[in-house]
Amino acid sequence: MEIVNVAVLPEVTSAGVIIKAIIILAIISAIAGFGTYLERKVLAFMQRRLGPMHVGPYGLLQIAADGIKLFTKEDIVPQNANKLIFKIAPTITAATAFIALAAVPVFPDFTIPEWIPLLGGVFVPSIAADINIGILFILGMMAAGLYGPLLAGMAQANKWGIIGSARTAIQFLSYEVVTGLSILAPIMLVGSLSLVDFNNYQSGGFGSWMMWQQPVAFILFLIAGFAETNRTPFDLLEHEAEIVSGYATEYSGMRWGMFFIGEYANMITVSVLAAVVFMGGYNDLGFVAGWLIVVLKIAFVFFLMLWVRASWPHIRPDQLMWLCWKVLMPIAVINVVITGFVMMV
Amino acid sequence: MSLEQFKNRNVGTQAYKMIESEPTPPTGMGRFERVVKRTFKGELFVGLGVTMREMINALFKGEMHTIKYPMEKLPISPRYRAIHDMLRLLESGHYRCIGCGLCEKICISDCIRMDTRYDENQRKEVTEYTINFGRCIFCGYCAEVCPELAIVHGGRYETASEQRASFSLFEDMLTPIDALKQQKEFDGFGAVTPNADNAIKKTPLAY
Repeated sequence: MEIVNVAVLPEVTSAGVIIKAIIILAIISAIAGFGTYLERKVLAFMQRRLGPMHVGPYGLLQIAADGIKLFTKEDIVPQNANKLIFKIAPTITAATAFIALAAVPVFPDFTIPEWIPLLGGVFVPSIAADINIGILFILGMMAAGLYGPLLAGMAQANKWGIIGSARTAIQFLSYEVVTGLSILAPIMLVGSLSLVDFNNYQSGGFGSWMMWQQPVAFILFLIAGFAETNRTPFDLLEHEAEIVSGYATEYSGMRWGMFFIGEYANMITVSVLAAVVFMGGYNDLGFVAGWLIVVLKIAFVFFLMLWVRASWPHIRPDQLMWLCWKVLMPIAVINVVITGFVMMV
Repeated sequence: MSLEQFKNRNVGTQAYKMIESEPTPPTGMGRFERVVKRTFKGELFVGLGVTMREMINALFKGEMHTIKYPMEKLPISPRYRAIHDMLRLLESGHYRCIGCGLCEKICISDCIRMDTRYDENQRKEVTEYTINFGRCIFCGYCAEVCPELAIVHGGRYETASEQRASFSLFEDMLTPIDALKQQKEFDGFGAVTPNADNAIKKTPLAY
């Protein structure tokens, strides 16, 4: 598959990769911002409210209002904070979230028309860094993202922040294990870490989706994905009812906004992973085109996160750890072992 | 939301459902069994179903709770006591107030001031009538005591203005003469009860 691609497609230049990176950054930031609007709307509808309505038609320009607010707010750095780390921490969250997206195929590839000056004829690939260890890279980058909340909480000289970062450590570190182990079984089946191979493995229509072969892994991956993106049932890092805002207590303005953008970018990444690894990827389904079906799947997983947030309560940190180490991890290990046996036989 | 729902104050007569909670099993095995039972019972999906049902009801069946306040308003009870209205006689269009001064006397926060004189027909004419809304506690005694149902409580509860005096002159509260057809009889405090006709008895004259 790789060889065929290289033979057919034009050469990927560094200019193309840079353009792709800028496109990903711009569009995913915009989608992440739009995600906040969608989240508010969906949560509001589920509580029989209207949500944002006044900025633009149906509140569509609420993101613009929020952006203006975030950018013009005073940037406060607390007196006793470790100022350097305090300032770097939000960047880590946002940067790792976008670096993880580098290995995710976003939008089809295209060539810039010749008539455009300077950049004419540059081939822009669908995937910024077409590495053959895609899943490993994405999971690794999302795991590195835990340094954002961890350092933020510890640098801000605030006790809520300390509790928040402690919870970051227990939650993200523990659930990394479950994510890795749950996705290990599909990796064994496919025999590759490349997202393209995962997609091709499931090209046989609805019945060949990985979630039918590996239902346990799918559920475990979803649970762990919720925990890693810091979504509600596992929303312990900034649980407003308990620890004010957790690791983000002392943050204001765009520094806080970067945490937010990072969280939403991570949600998109997890949605893409779930769609590509477990739900059939971007193969055509019947008469529906592949690009549309993958967007629908990603949107569904994203909606599921909002839906769950509207429906389910938080759990306590001890319940979180209990669930991770005593329930999910053993199930994941057993799943891997059984998969191995089935493959040998 | 209709007025009937809004007026339903019978708290406790709705069909409440008590949550069955059994004590935590003492043994580890019992707790484990409970976890397994709860896991496969699908209760979490019931929760998801509830929120989805509410969303569908809100979006497609018009059960949205939000009232877009300045544009939409909830119906208020006829017994609501907001800024006063001065009503007119339906036949002649003359104001009902006969200048008896009972409202001025009964007002417990002493906020009504009126001045009257006899006009050319030897009828009492109201020359000055003001309510100091900085003092008024909206108790409704003035509406209750008024023998002519002339001063009543209206539904104007948005009382923000640049000056307190903006509502409180007689002309401000009086029904505009061109809106006489729309003038509604007062249902609230001090009004004639709906079964007033049945309650009337002949004065017993035979001693």
